[in-house]
Amino acid sequence: MTDLMNLDGQVALVTGASRGIGKAIAQQLAARGVKVVGTATTESGAKAISDYLGADGEGVALNVTDEASVAAVLKHIDDTYGQLDILVNNAGITRDNLLMRMKDDEWDSVMDTNLKSVYRLSKGVMRGMMKRRQGRIINISSVVGTTGNPGQTNYCAAKAGLAGFTKALAKEIAARGITVNCVAPGFIDTDMTKALTDDQKQAIFANIPAARLGQPDEIAAAVVFLASPGAAYITGETIHVNGGMAMV
Amino acid sequence: MSTIEERVKKIIVEQLGVKEEEVKPEASFENDLGADSLDIVELVMALEEEFETEIPDEEAEKIRTVEAAIEYVKSHSND
Repeated sequence: MTDLMNLDGQVALVTGASRGIGKAIAQQLAARGVKVVGTATTESGAKAISDYLGADGEGVALNVTDEASVAAVLKHIDDTYGQLDILVNNAGITRDNLLMRMKDDEWDSVMDTNLKSVYRLSKGVMRGMMKRRQGRIINISSVVGTTGNPGQTNYCAAKAGLAGFTKALAKEIAARGITVNCVAPGFIDTDMTKALTDDQKQAIFANIPAARLGQPDEIAAAVVFLASPGAAYITGETIHVNGGMAMV
Repeated sequence: MSTIEERVKKIIVEQLGVKEEEVKPEASFENDLGADSLDIVELVMALEEEFETEIPDEEAEKIRTVEAAIEYVKSHSND
């Protein structure tokens, strides 16, 4: 019987892999025999990724907002591994502010890092995936891209933008054996949510039927599934992983 | 050694899955050979690789017929 979860020998690029959700994704893919290239914004972050991946891959420094940096990393992957099967666009930042106080650079930096980077990286991997008639692009969006969240007009717009991008690209390249999907985390136990106060957390838990934060591995599990051969017929979709906080 | 014309035609046959006799000089990829826009992008990619050249987007957009493809390669190839 064909193992529909078999990813052995594939090559993945995971952006923002030094901690949190990206790290869990990189580790879960590596545990299934995938060679993982994880990225961080700094050399020390890249080294930390190399340390935890060991023989299963490596960390590289990447600025997702810099075209030349993206091109260099993709060339490195091509030269070193000769293929790229899975792209996980995970790198993201927040620059929260009420709209009335939001600065242009807060808006622009979130758009560049969270949305334009996905355009840039997806475009960069397209030729190889088209030629091989195989590929998985998985974009990490967010529940707030669907529900909205005060103080995050920039972040919510970028994450909702990802969903539209995902659907359009999915239609463009479905006939070439490439799928494009989103995984939309709810409140996950990472540095991004550790900044919340206990009061904020209690208020959030009141809206989460599962009554707890999600774990990074629970996002990674959805990513692994979408990357697997068994998910070949799922494209343009968003899988929400949020403990029931938003059912869409 | 095949001529440029033969090599271009061979790529068109492979990429678009059409019969060799259909690949006439005046044949339009879109109207006569059933290619969609993505097929044409892939065809240009294949030509770039076969002839080790880079075809700029604005030139690629003009390659709409078999003849146009052959002419482009003839005037830009180092072979």
